[in-house]
Amino acid sequence: MLHIVACIKQVPDTKIIKMNPKTNTMDRASAPAILNPYDAHAVEEAVRLKKKYGGTVSVLTMGPPPAVKAIKKCIELGADEGYMISDRAFAGADTLATSYALTKALEKIAKQRPIDLVICGKMTIDGDTGQVGPGIARRLNIPPLTGVKKVVEINKEKGYAIVHRKLEDGYEVVQSTLPCLFTVEKDINDISFAPLPNMIKAARYQPTIWTADDLEDVDRKQLGLKGSPTIVSKVWAPPKPEGGELLEGSTKEKVEQLLSLVLAKKELFQ
Amino acid sequence: MPEKFDCIVVGAGPAGTACAYELAKAGVNVLLLERGEYPGAKNVMGGVLYRKMMEDIIPEFYKEAPLERPIVEQRFMMMDKESAVTFSYKGLEWGREPYNNFTVLRAKFDQWFAEKAVEQGALLVCETVAVECIVENGRVVGVRTDRPDGDIYADVVVLADGVNSLLAKQLGFHREWRPDEVALATMEILKLDKNIIEDRFNLEPNQGCTIEIFGDATKGIVGTGFLYTNKDTLSIGVGTLLSGLIKHKMKPYELLEYVKNHPMIRPYIQGSEPVEYLAHLIPEGGYHSIPKVAGHGVLVVGDAAQLVNAIHREGSNMAMTSGRLAAETIIMAKAQNDFSESMLDQYRMKLMESFIGQDLKKYKDATHHFERFPQYFEQYIPMMNRAASQMFTVDGASKWEKQQKIWRDLGSAKQKFKLARDMMKAWKVMK
Repeated sequence: MLHIVACIKQVPDTKIIKMNPKTNTMDRASAPAILNPYDAHAVEEAVRLKKKYGGTVSVLTMGPPPAVKAIKKCIELGADEGYMISDRAFAGADTLATSYALTKALEKIAKQRPIDLVICGKMTIDGDTGQVGPGIARRLNIPPLTGVKKVVEINKEKGYAIVHRKLEDGYEVVQSTLPCLFTVEKDINDISFAPLPNMIKAARYQPTIWTADDLEDVDRKQLGLKGSPTIVSKVWAPPKPEGGELLEGSTKEKVEQLLSLVLAKKELFQ
Repeated sequence: MPEKFDCIVVGAGPAGTACAYELAKAGVNVLLLERGEYPGAKNVMGGVLYRKMMEDIIPEFYKEAPLERPIVEQRFMMMDKESAVTFSYKGLEWGREPYNNFTVLRAKFDQWFAEKAVEQGALLVCETVAVECIVENGRVVGVRTDRPDGDIYADVVVLADGVNSLLAKQLGFHREWRPDEVALATMEILKLDKNIIEDRFNLEPNQGCTIEIFGDATKGIVGTGFLYTNKDTLSIGVGTLLSGLIKHKMKPYELLEYVKNHPMIRPYIQGSEPVEYLAHLIPEGGYHSIPKVAGHGVLVVGDAAQLVNAIHREGSNMAMTSGRLAAETIIMAKAQNDFSESMLDQYRMKLMESFIGQDLKKYKDATHHFERFPQYFEQYIPMMNRAASQMFTVDGASKWEKQQKIWRDLGSAKQKFKLARDMMKAWKVMK
């Protein structure tokens, strides 16, 4: 029986978020909070593996109390248990401090039930760094497999996992020992339409919530703002692309136009 | 084995949520289903929420609910092409506790109201569509949803699924509504600075005004336009019977554009930015269109039961009260463990004894009357405007001459007789 833990985060929906033009920071009130889309695929994959091999899926998040909503979303998707670490001490954490706090929570979960596999989304859509997953793997001292787009096999008895990792020009087949950590791409699966019993379970569900004091062997200096060496020196909105030319006509005409435009740029062929 | 609840309420609008709130408060195990992403996501109304009926459910709700402005002035405009006769009441007593009514934005309000029901113990499940009632041995025993493993059972199902109520229709409680039983309302929410709103509508901070517009707002089609003040937005819209739109071959959004550009309305909304466009059907069949509202194991509340007073633009209050009365009936039925039609039919009796039944009965022929005789909107409102213009224009003619002119404008003796008869008839359907 596998125990899979998916690490998830509640994020503002960056598709509709507005940027404050003066401070160049996100106006978080302008967008609803959603489950990070990559993390939804992480949970979906965990649930699919559970269905295939049997076991339990837990989800873990760090966030303020409203993030319970994101855990409930995971319960809808089929997760069995939800854990949340929530404390002022965690506030202001960068990826280093976040992966530290999550690791401490994972160690506590593992004491109750040993973990075979941790799955994270490739990255969050508000931070876009993709560092927390590998950070957790390093701290847990387990192999990180990033960019997973297909899980071929999980074999708990023999202690290995085989996956396809997405590369720029294809994919590679990798075998790793268990336990290990995946960060998954969006194309790993399609999110399934949650069955009604899951919806009802999620509506009732209250996750286990831990504060910093509930975690064991925690070095408080490594938590939150104090444990975050990252300095954000400047944030700016990407400049809107200017100029450009719109080609019109049939596909054939457009290709011909494009070709003549490219060929005219002699500097490209020197 | 699918789970069984005491009660399933389909639809988390004012009617369904009021019902779920009251049931949960009484310790009934209730599931509230909502098709939208959250309650209010799909709900539309012009925007007036009545204090009394909401307070029957949550006393002093106005201290914490997300409301826009308490309404201190209600204006009624009888509008012609470039003039309007306006009647208004403004009372500052409406601006303080206990208030009369408020403007609200449904996306915010419904969400808050549903949270209150959840606090009482109702279980809210969103993004789930009830596609049909599960009927066994002539009794409704649950609903089938669009989700996998989507059957869910209950002793009683409350249909609060809105104006089209597909579920009640499947049960044969009502037929497809005729185009003269439903109005189509389109509206826009326009962003405008708070101070500008207060200046333009002559309001103190955090006071609100509603304007109902008759006549040229609907180009003579039976219906009304409206303009309401929110905190930093305006709600402007127009609703007309579907049959009128069909007859005049009008598109609803054309009518809305017409109102927005009308010289009597334009100055109010100048410089505002549209932030939302909404459209919805309103059940306006009135008393004669109220369907069967109780069956074995099932009750129908709110818009689904055609509970709207079109003359006084009241609907959300009737929805809430009907939800509350349905809950009362269910609590009684549960005590006796009897969910038969004869037991649940007490809901209909409660409904008819309440202000809902009384008011809908009072106006039972009003909408149909104005629908059948378009001259009220097409001729009499312009006539009223001409008379006012005549009377108040100082041009050297004596007042007696003016009265004569106004009298002549009413037409021949035959037309005058018809006018008098129409006024009598209007009085009869409204009294």
